[in-house]
Amino acid sequence: MTTTTAKETSELFTPEIRAEIDRWIAKYPAEWKQSAVMGALMIVQESNGGWLTTELMDQVAAYLDMPPIAVYEVATFYSMFELKPVGRNKICVCTNVSCMTNKSDLIVEHLEKKLGIGFGEVTEDGRFSLKEVECLGACGGAPMMQIGKQYYENLTPEIVDAILEGLE
Amino acid sequence: MTDSTVTIEVDGRTLEAKAGTMLIDVTDAAGITIPRFCYHKKLSVAANCRMCLVEVEKVPKPLPACATPVTDGMKVYTRSPKALAAQKGTMEFLLINHPLDCPICDQGGECELQDVAIGYGRDVSRYSEGKRVVADKNIGPLIATDMTRCIHCTRCVRFGEEIAGIREMGATGRGEHMVIGTYIEKSVDSELSGNVIDLCPVGALTSKPFRFNARAWELTQVEGVAPHDSIGSNLNLHLRGNQVMRVHPRDNESINESWISDRDRFSYEGLYSSDRLTSPMIKKSGEWMEVNWEMALEMAAAGLGEIKEQDQVGALLSPTATLEELYLAQKLIRGLGSNSIDSRLRQGDFRLDAGLKQASWLGLKISDIDSLDAALVVGGNLRKEQPILAHRLRKAALAGAAVHFITPLQLELNYESRQSIATPAEMVKRLAAVAKAAGVKGSGSLAALLNAAEADEFAETAAASLKQGDASAVVLGAMAQSHPDYSLLYALAAGLAGACGAKVSVLPEAGNSVGAQLAGAVPHLLPGGKSAQSAGPDALSMLKLPRKGYLLLGVEPGVDFHNPALSQSALQSADMVVALSAYRTPELEACCDILLPMAIFSETSGTYVNAEGVWQRTRGAVKPQGEARPGWKILRVLGNLLNQQGFDYTDPDEIGEELHALCNGASLDNRPVEGLDLEPKLGRDGLQRGGDTPLYASDPLVRRAAALQQTKDAGQGVMRLHPKEAERQGLNSAENAVIRQNGYQATLPVTLDEAIPEGCVWISTGLRSTSMLGQPFGEVTVEKA
Amino acid sequence: MANEVCLRTLDLERPWLIEQYQSRGGYEVLKKILSEKTAPEAIIEEVKKSGLRGRGGAGFPTGLKWSFISRNAPGQKYVVCNSDEGEPGTFKDRDILRYNPHQLIEGMVIAGYAIGATCGYNYIRGEFWEPYERFEQALEEAREAGFLGEDILGSGFDFQLHTHLGAGAYICGEETALLESIEGKKGQPRYKPPFPAHFGLYGCPTIINNTESLASIPMIMEQGGEWFADIGVKNSGGPKLFSISGNINNPGVFEIPMGTPFSELLAMAGGMKDGRKIKAVIPGGSSAPVIPGEQMMELNMDYDSIAGAGSMLGSGAVIVLDDTNCMVKILERMSYFYHEESCGQCTPCREGTGWLYRIVHRIETGQGRQEDLDLLDDVADKIAGKTICALGDAAAMPVQGMLRHFRHEFQYHIDHKRCMVGVG
Repeated sequence: MTTTTAKETSELFTPEIRAEIDRWIAKYPAEWKQSAVMGALMIVQESNGGWLTTELMDQVAAYLDMPPIAVYEVATFYSMFELKPVGRNKICVCTNVSCMTNKSDLIVEHLEKKLGIGFGEVTEDGRFSLKEVECLGACGGAPMMQIGKQYYENLTPEIVDAILEGLE
Repeated sequence: MTDSTVTIEVDGRTLEAKAGTMLIDVTDAAGITIPRFCYHKKLSVAANCRMCLVEVEKVPKPLPACATPVTDGMKVYTRSPKALAAQKGTMEFLLINHPLDCPICDQGGECELQDVAIGYGRDVSRYSEGKRVVADKNIGPLIATDMTRCIHCTRCVRFGEEIAGIREMGATGRGEHMVIGTYIEKSVDSELSGNVIDLCPVGALTSKPFRFNARAWELTQVEGVAPHDSIGSNLNLHLRGNQVMRVHPRDNESINESWISDRDRFSYEGLYSSDRLTSPMIKKSGEWMEVNWEMALEMAAAGLGEIKEQDQVGALLSPTATLEELYLAQKLIRGLGSNSIDSRLRQGDFRLDAGLKQASWLGLKISDIDSLDAALVVGGNLRKEQPILAHRLRKAALAGAAVHFITPLQLELNYESRQSIATPAEMVKRLAAVAKAAGVKGSGSLAALLNAAEADEFAETAAASLKQGDASAVVLGAMAQSHPDYSLLYALAAGLAGACGAKVSVLPEAGNSVGAQLAGAVPHLLPGGKSAQSAGPDALSMLKLPRKGYLLLGVEPGVDFHNPALSQSALQSADMVVALSAYRTPELEACCDILLPMAIFSETSGTYVNAEGVWQRTRGAVKPQGEARPGWKILRVLGNLLNQQGFDYTDPDEIGEELHALCNGASLDNRPVEGLDLEPKLGRDGLQRGGDTPLYASDPLVRRAAALQQTKDAGQGVMRLHPKEAERQGLNSAENAVIRQNGYQATLPVTLDEAIPEGCVWISTGLRSTSMLGQPFGEVTVEKA
Repeated sequence: MANEVCLRTLDLERPWLIEQYQSRGGYEVLKKILSEKTAPEAIIEEVKKSGLRGRGGAGFPTGLKWSFISRNAPGQKYVVCNSDEGEPGTFKDRDILRYNPHQLIEGMVIAGYAIGATCGYNYIRGEFWEPYERFEQALEEAREAGFLGEDILGSGFDFQLHTHLGAGAYICGEETALLESIEGKKGQPRYKPPFPAHFGLYGCPTIINNTESLASIPMIMEQGGEWFADIGVKNSGGPKLFSISGNINNPGVFEIPMGTPFSELLAMAGGMKDGRKIKAVIPGGSSAPVIPGEQMMELNMDYDSIAGAGSMLGSGAVIVLDDTNCMVKILERMSYFYHEESCGQCTPCREGTGWLYRIVHRIETGQGRQEDLDLLDDVADKIAGKTICALGDAAAMPVQGMLRHFRHEFQYHIDHKRCMVGVG
């Protein structure tokens, strides 16, 4: 038997998540629910181990009354949305000018060697992934990186080691 | 913004324009060429391609002509060194990532990029890096993609959002990696989707059925008119030799603007279906054999001529036939002493005929739909019946019109509106409620209906919006006309419209539904749209009380009729059935005695009278296939063989002119019908069936258009019902169900669909797989198969 | 004289708390305006007098921008703060958000009052989680204290303020891209006109100002526009936050008067690291054309002085480069950035930024050709001034600046297929 009714929402789209999205929706005019799309995508991305599936994007689209393609456009435009699995700890290393001139290449090299992965890759145990990012607005602490929501500045290979050790 | 006129100077020429008009519109009107890719007169301004950069005096940077409003005294240089440098710069950027595959590109020869590159490009590329490559996705059977060629003008994206009303294509990713497409593998389902093929300035989006079949420069172009819906969209047929290779829209602002529906664009494929009837055939002792024209015509004339009783030869004529064919067919049958003539084959109720003195029609101009303030659509799924009309109504809705629907299933709409979803029987009550809210009193059974109706909030709102609007309409769609109580719906609609100062709009079904009424191809009207002294039996009566003989013109038993099963049994019981047809089908072979191969669509000259009464003439563009002949010629010879007067035409123009003269003074009118006392016929008891005719099941040509038949809108031979109703019927886990209707029976797959109201199952007509059942609305029983 | 305006609470412990802000007189001027019912026109006049110019980089006079809003137009109007700090080298707004969020809130409420808006959004870049949380906490405190919400301090004036979080796109720092982003779309700049003052957020009249600009408003209103203007120099009113980074000993954010000599700023930032020679300075964020070190040492940090040297003050992001830097490599990295961050909407930027990067990359990796320098210049020229927004210009200007001052380094790369830095 075929069913053409609205798609069942997945387990990931929980009442808690909906409540969180509702908090974003409440910030905007009633007819502009779609303003909450970036907030909503961040929430579902976080609940899904840091990346977005098409199914999740479709559910956000349905929840915000948006055409799915409009959600795909947003999800593929902003660099913080991930469309492939990432590590439990997504290490974002800035390599822009101020960091570069403060030897961010050594940090990158150190990370690559230590983790055995390059940019865009995930360690086999899923613990880390590595991403090159553009200026994160912390040039005073160059070289710097972001893991999760946390900024780490004035990095040296030794500091990096200590940081990674403390992460699950 | 003011309406004041400003004077500007472009390349030394003085031009006048309304202040605030975009520069490119002013230069286009003046015939000054400015190159462009993203600009399109029917789409919003994107200003993203930067090809139309021009120099404006006192402005340091070059400005895009598409997004620069003209101001008084503005001096513009479109070909100054600065303007040309900017244009050539853009051209170079567009080409660096564009593949050099023009020799194998379907757009080659008609490519805007190619054309402009000749004027603004370089001979040699200074870009030596690898070019961008984009992986293609299959977006359905109609549109071929080669997105590596895309120049990101976003016309297709804007078309989806602004015209088609569904965002299916988008621009994902960013920067150089931005890709136009659907992102996921998904078919583009809009009924207007093919227009992006025309909009795409390069070979990124091309016609899939046409792909690799011809080069642009091999094609000749002739004008045509689409026969499928009542709009009569203007076409350009592109021919190679004797073959229609593809169909494009021809601009006509008052009819189809710059667009055509996918049905009008891709139906030409049906011309080349393998079941074309290419030779006259007769049935002898149950066996079909090819014969020559002479023999076939003589047998047909003899067979029909033999039936002498009044009204015993029935003519069932396709409303997609030409005006000339319709006129000659009715002339022939009336000459045989029969008034059994009809072309309203899907209509479900003809009780109005007795009071209809004039041809019914759209009730307003097609272009006036754009500016409606309010509309109540009864039993009309406009997007899937008349896509261009739906687009125009959407325009009105976006401009603020209040649109309400009384509908037997939930419609997928692409604008704000309200739907009152009711079972078929309930629809009458709902409309009565709106009429009551508007203060309609009525008499007789209508009064009883109105008294019984409860004007709920929907009814009050709908009535108020119709009253408030300066231009409003009550529209009766295809599902209203196939309703067994169409007469009641009409009477209520007419009363409602009268009370609200609104127009009554009867949506004509097909390309010549209005023309057929003017041609006398209906039982109650004579040629010229004049009321007949005594109306003959209508299409349904002709089958309920089978005739001895039938003349079929361009119709197929089982799929072109209100009651599919009845159409087959009635025709099979006749002594003599002569069919003029472009195709041979098992159903035709089962019912007919003589099959006469007829030209169709672009193969014959003829006239179409569209929904608003505009006569549009087309010329035969290609030769009919095999032995097929234009219908008017076949009918002319039949008239001669039957010794009828006035069948000595040598040219179809003579037929058209004869009818045109008869139509002098004829008017189209949807006035209320007086003096009819109508009781509802559709019972409320038991489980009801609802049914529509899917968009691509409407007529023989479309049903054979291969690509269209692969789309969703081809329809499915399934039974759809609400999950709750399925539970009630014990069908919630059933794969298939047995459906019984008036002694007919079918087994169909079950589909759960919340769009169908409870108390109802939905089974489309127009499909071979459902043609063993009866009419689209009526009582049924179902059980698990 | 330093840290007098946006960073005036910096010396306090936990300066982001409302009581700390109020201990320095925070929210007093808002109270005064609301209780005295100061004429909105007078506020705009004061801001005009202050000579405050947009601190996000474009330097457009803030008071003038506000005056474009038709205050009496019916319907909703919006105040939007641009905290999408992303211009490489810039990290000042992060400090305002982290250390003095209440001053920004107060500035936004005053701006709302001045233009007749009852709603505002602060667009914070998505990576700024800590600043976002600080700002959210400040919003809570301000609501609690009655400085935000309905009928603020019993004045009858309503102002709702919300945070919108970005999600990683430099282009959203462009004001119309930022508005599109709040509307839940890709951050693609709009073609202007119409300008946001007429057709802004949700199609309503909107002012968009940088974090620092809005955070400067309370002090301008407290001390007067003239006081603010007098801190700076002609055409460059007030103090400004400078984010200084690169090969220096003490990088950071310094709020100093406009017109302060660069050499003083460099000294404040601890001078050159390891005593190296200053080679070049990017004075206003990565899109500002580079200025050779010796020349920079003679310049003052104000709009006119830097513009006079063929560059721009921009967001006040100063990247100091010593003589170990290869300028080809620096430009390669910057070009890569613009290539990565182009939104893709309009042709010259979408196609041209990638082309620029690939040419520079070719030169950097020893694949350069003789004609490449002219080609670079030409491609940059074909982008500049031809695009919908300023990102095209931002990508072209560093190229033009580098070729103007360091063409010989590029030539050396092409001729020798290697770098001249460190080659004697």
